[in-house]
Amino acid sequence: MQFLSMNTSGFPILSVLIFLPLAGAAILPLLGSKKQARIWTLLITLVNGALSLPLFYDFSLHSAQYQFAEHHSWIASFNINYTLGVDGISLLLVLMTTLIMPLCVLGSWKYIQSRVKEFMICLLVMETSMLGVFMALDLVLFYIFWEAMLIPMFLLIAVWGGPRKTYASIKFFLYTLAGSVFLLVAIVALYVHEGTFSIPALMGQQYAANFQLLIFLAFFLAFAIKVPMFPFHTWLPAAHVEAPTAGSVILASVLLKMGTYGFMRFCLPITPDATVTLMPALQWLSIAGILYGGFTALAQQDMKKLIAYSSVGHMGFVTLGIFALDQRGLEGAVLQMVNHGITTGALFLCVGMLYERNHSRELSAAAGLGRFMPIYVTYLTVFSLSSLAFPGTNSFVGEFMILAGAFFNNKIVAACAIPGAVLAAAYMLRMLQRVVWGGTNNPDQSKLWDLGWRETVTLAPLLIFVFWIGLAPEPFLRVMRPSLTHLLVQTGYHAPQTQALAEFFAR
Amino acid sequence: MNIHFFLPELALLAGCLLAFCMTIGKAGKKAMRGAVFCAALAYTLAAVLALPFKGSLFYDAYRVDLFSQMVKCVMGAGFCLMLLFGGEIKGIEGDVKAEYYFFLLTALLGLTLLVSSVELITLFIALELSSYSLYLLVPMRSAPDGQTWHVEAAVKYLFFGVASSGIMLFGISWIFGLTGTTYLSTILPVLHTVSSQPVGVMALVMLLCGMFFKLAVFPFHFWTPDVYQGASNETTAFISALPKVAAVAVMARFCALAAPDSIALPTLLTVLSVCSMFYGNLTALVQKDVKRMLGFSGIAHAGYILLGMVTLKAWGFATALYYGIGYLFMMLTAFLVLYTVAPNGGNVSVKNLNGLSRRSPLLAFIMTVSMFALAGIPPFAGFMGKFMLLTSAYNSGYVLLVIIAAINTAIGIYYYLQVVRAVYAEDDTSSAGAPLTTEAGTRVAGICLVGITLALGIMPETVVSMAYKAMQAAW
Repeated sequence: MQFLSMNTSGFPILSVLIFLPLAGAAILPLLGSKKQARIWTLLITLVNGALSLPLFYDFSLHSAQYQFAEHHSWIASFNINYTLGVDGISLLLVLMTTLIMPLCVLGSWKYIQSRVKEFMICLLVMETSMLGVFMALDLVLFYIFWEAMLIPMFLLIAVWGGPRKTYASIKFFLYTLAGSVFLLVAIVALYVHEGTFSIPALMGQQYAANFQLLIFLAFFLAFAIKVPMFPFHTWLPAAHVEAPTAGSVILASVLLKMGTYGFMRFCLPITPDATVTLMPALQWLSIAGILYGGFTALAQQDMKKLIAYSSVGHMGFVTLGIFALDQRGLEGAVLQMVNHGITTGALFLCVGMLYERNHSRELSAAAGLGRFMPIYVTYLTVFSLSSLAFPGTNSFVGEFMILAGAFFNNKIVAACAIPGAVLAAAYMLRMLQRVVWGGTNNPDQSKLWDLGWRETVTLAPLLIFVFWIGLAPEPFLRVMRPSLTHLLVQTGYHAPQTQALAEFFAR
Repeated sequence: MNIHFFLPELALLAGCLLAFCMTIGKAGKKAMRGAVFCAALAYTLAAVLALPFKGSLFYDAYRVDLFSQMVKCVMGAGFCLMLLFGGEIKGIEGDVKAEYYFFLLTALLGLTLLVSSVELITLFIALELSSYSLYLLVPMRSAPDGQTWHVEAAVKYLFFGVASSGIMLFGISWIFGLTGTTYLSTILPVLHTVSSQPVGVMALVMLLCGMFFKLAVFPFHFWTPDVYQGASNETTAFISALPKVAAVAVMARFCALAAPDSIALPTLLTVLSVCSMFYGNLTALVQKDVKRMLGFSGIAHAGYILLGMVTLKAWGFATALYYGIGYLFMMLTAFLVLYTVAPNGGNVSVKNLNGLSRRSPLLAFIMTVSMFALAGIPPFAGFMGKFMLLTSAYNSGYVLLVIIAAINTAIGIYYYLQVVRAVYAEDDTSSAGAPLTTEAGTRVAGICLVGITLALGIMPETVVSMAYKAMQAAW
């Protein structure tokens, strides 16, 4: 277990982070009122967030190893272990998850009025499984968290969702699960091949070209649906639109990242040659996603749909950065994963707050808010600018690095991504223009009230991160750098196999 | 003869006798239920205590080992939990309630004898004892006037059962002709040498037919949906769970008779597995009646279990047994809810479950767990079972079969999700009734079942390694 380093006092911090929300969820049914349930959940998520902070400070910056590792035997007859650890790639995603969760609780404080306890249980179980996905270093453990996450998300959409919740929830579940079952087959195949489920042990092994290709395709299907990459995205708008605010935020901020995280954690190091061979196709798919997402977002009247489609475009940038297989591109991709989580999460919270007030998400119904909701509009403007990658905001840094990496790799591909950035400006500014100033026949918005202190506090941390990452990204980039360098070394390691695979396709 | 080897069966026999006497005396329903529960509890405890025993009884026709005792424990636990379902059996004609308990016990006795029999005639008789008890249980349902579903189901069940038994008996006669014995232990070495020949394979396949019937493997599945729908909820709970795990166990014993390098048998099992999975899942998609849907899904699950059988290895059999055990508890979990929700013991359609979470959050939760478990979503038993089955099949080189099983898992999710959706649906308030009050026994049974389903999924190590040891001990 040389890849696991222990830089703690032996305190199982990762396990605590994973299972504290679950323990909190177990206590929830015993609580009396709705208010108690809300406060308890907020407390648990805040404590979890506070507990996760030491990860950032104790993280050793000069190591590509998995840190804070825990290793216990679990199902010995199948050589399945309970192995946890974080490296530079997962650390930021873990922190983002623990940051987002309390905001989700705050964001649904008033929005959710029925079955509050059940809702909060779903949120906490969700947090457990999401953190588990980012920390698991055993494929079976990973898969269990990966799939277990679907249950609370399905319930969040199916029970507290909008009018077409049934359709949206079942579509979401079926799509993501259909991809995942092939992931399971790939996991089984890797186990039969190598006799282990340990992710670090499976990395950097030499696999035959054909075997790699099949494994890659199985992985790809699962992760591409989750991202979602074009053309696997059709579940996303429905799920986003119908989900309650907290559900949308979790979907956009964390769930979509799991697809790109999977690409980085599994596809690149375990099937490097297949990745390199299919790189051009994957880049063009990313471009298709960027352009498709941009154009469809431009045509939307529903704010939630607009942001959902913009996610398709933004995630296209992330996959473009990953499959550029370049240090800058990868760094940009990881950073953009976090950025998208912050920005889009914030935008969904904003839409949710507006929906609580005038029960509509239509752009026309929201027209002309600027006069009556100055705080809200300020927030919305900043997050929109961040979403369109305005210089000084977090997304600018991420997108810039991704494009730089892509240009280094393939100038034509990178040039094709540029219109995506322009499109983002177009649809975001269009939204801002409509909402803040409105059209000629404004509805009367004087009945709307501005953000209260709870809502202001909900959005404030995200605002801070927008500018922190936008102006001083180095602390975040520093964390991921050694891991990404190591990842690239692993990926580029098997040049002969890559050649063999390329020849195989040329025949 | 070591009488303590036979203690679980004796407990059950005593229970049967007691129940029989009580049917004559027309004892009170409460007393009857209490007596049956005590017998079942004694049976389960005796089976647990008998886990380490190993030996033969009745001139080597009956064998007690870890394998048989383990299955007995599981069936006993399942039966006890089933008795806790509700205050009183609801779907049975008033004047045969006492007899109903009696036949439940004889069915369990038949299954118990089945897993311990290592002699073909004994095994056949045990099988028939359990089958005939079940044939009798089905028409005991109290149906609304004019409805004859239950009678039709019983007739169907009887005909298919008798035909399968006939084929099985035919297979036994072939085996006897080939080997000159009906003792499994002496058949084994002889059959290994002939099991690659067509006659050996045919004999083995015909022998398996009885188990295919019990397990509802395609093409022996025709009775399943009708019997599930036609029988009362408590009967279906029994039929869908307990005989299945016994069938898996006996099937493992039979498949082990084939030579490990045999080709014909795995090929046949593969075909049956694929047909079962596709047929079961695709037909289940369109069902409205939950019991009928579970019947079709049971056919698909039989297909999954065959994944472990095709390997013809102890490890594959062990995972199949693990899946069978998990399946028993998952089905009972689902039936607990159906049983409690059913209006006056009638059938439950997916629509009837609408808004269950408002009427009883606990039952809604239990139903959700059972559906996700059956669908094979982690962290429940269904996932671990499928995962292990896939692994053992892949390990033996059945890659395509594994992929087909994976696709089928995805298909299956759809109809399980429909149930979960209905449970939490609020859009249809027409069928939502008054809050459901559940008895303490129901709550205890439900929480136990959910706990077992979860524990089997999170900590499969104990059961699966025990099953593996048991499979090795079986020979």
